Amino acid sequence: MALKGNLRDFTFSQLLNLINLAAKTGTLVVEGSSDIARVFFRDGKLSYAQIGAEDSGLAAILQRTNRISTSQYRILAERARMMSDKELGLLLINAGYLSQQDILDSLTQYIVEVVRQLFTWVEGFFHFETDETSPNGKIPVRIDLENLIIEGTRQLQEWEMLQEEIPSLDMALKFTDRPGANISNMNLNVEEWRVVSFVNPQNTIRQIGQATHLSDIDIRRVVYSLLQAGLVEIIRPGGGPVITNRMFPTENPDEQKSLVNRLIDRIRTI
Amino acid sequence: MQTVKIVVTGPFNAGKTEFIRSVSEIDVVSTERKISLEEEKVKETTTVAMDFGRITVDEDLVLYLFGTPGQKRFDFMWEILSEGMLGFIVMVDSTRSETFREARSILETFHAYAPTPYVVAANKQDREGAWDIEDMRLALRLDPTVKFLPCVANSKEKVKSVLLELLYSILAEMDKNPQGKSG
Repeated sequence: MALKGNLRDFTFSQLLNLINLAAKTGTLVVEGSSDIARVFFRDGKLSYAQIGAEDSGLAAILQRTNRISTSQYRILAERARMMSDKELGLLLINAGYLSQQDILDSLTQYIVEVVRQLFTWVEGFFHFETDETSPNGKIPVRIDLENLIIEGTRQLQEWEMLQEEIPSLDMALKFTDRPGANISNMNLNVEEWRVVSFVNPQNTIRQIGQATHLSDIDIRRVVYSLLQAGLVEIIRPGGGPVITNRMFPTENPDEQKSLVNRLIDRIRTI
Repeated sequence: MQTVKIVVTGPFNAGKTEFIRSVSEIDVVSTERKISLEEEKVKETTTVAMDFGRITVDEDLVLYLFGTPGQKRFDFMWEILSEGMLGFIVMVDSTRSETFREARSILETFHAYAPTPYVVAANKQDREGAWDIEDMRLALRLDPTVKFLPCVANSKEKVKSVLLELLYSILAEMDKNPQGKSG
């Protein structure tokens, strides 16, 4: 019987478990709400993964994993446009720019990252194709699934907890009027800082996530930590303009002037 | 609800947290840590991430005051903080001339991030050993057009006057450049 169904009924970690136990070879295609992912397996081991229209060429992966700089990436993307990943990999190794291990480590890091994202997909059709084992010209790797499944299951539990705590990304945040005593022991990281700078009753959590380039799970993680610290609280969005980090909430010079005058009047009365 | 922000910056121990505390209507959200470095042990704790205070103007407008971490090693946060600020205040400790050079450098850095109006506040003017304002202006190489104001960060009135001077500068800047600012 063909392996196909919906993630709603059969989770991604269950699928991986099955592929691992049955030592399957083939491609798992998952159609999520906004992207299609293709995950390749050989004898029950993960060999490659791609998601959506993201550039998954070797040059892009090397740049994303910080093995090459952005300018080096641009040169490679231009000059090696007609080369397959295997050809480009060989060229880089023979020229002494990178070792085989560097390339395999980068690919492994990228592929694992793609698969990690899939653990949070809770809806979407999937099917398994046994006739397609790896994308053309790509360099396959060999990654055991056991650890990924354990990690993914943990991630799914975290995701469920975060969804329970932050049920909708369409809610907004505001600073707590009376922060808890534990604030004094808090130390924000750069990501948290970026989110804090966008906290405003008019910005939804989703907008903050987009503005700070954080994925759904990452923005939930950051918001959860700020909630736990008692720094912010979730409120209904105030409506109105979209996210902004501008000097003034309005572009009308008269309104800007009026705003400054209101600030002056208020400060005089403190 | 509309929000605007003013950033309070300056070297370590210049009095930024105290400044915000003097006018904020909420307990200042302060992320302080015990000082670990020997050379920084002039006070018990310092701000490592941020301070912020709030002044509600009316039901539609809130002003946030953000204090920057004082130590150079946290300067990666400065750029984030400077985004969208209405203006900024540079606090300088009038009793510690060894921090003047750093204050100047912080001023230049913030001005490069966002060319918004700013004022410089000579804090701790009530302390023994405080430098004279005009001497400080020279030491800090401040242009005569820059507002350089005496300040005592735990005095609400002094803090208010520094904030008001900054707001007057913002108004003056708007009059000079009336097309409106979007940052």
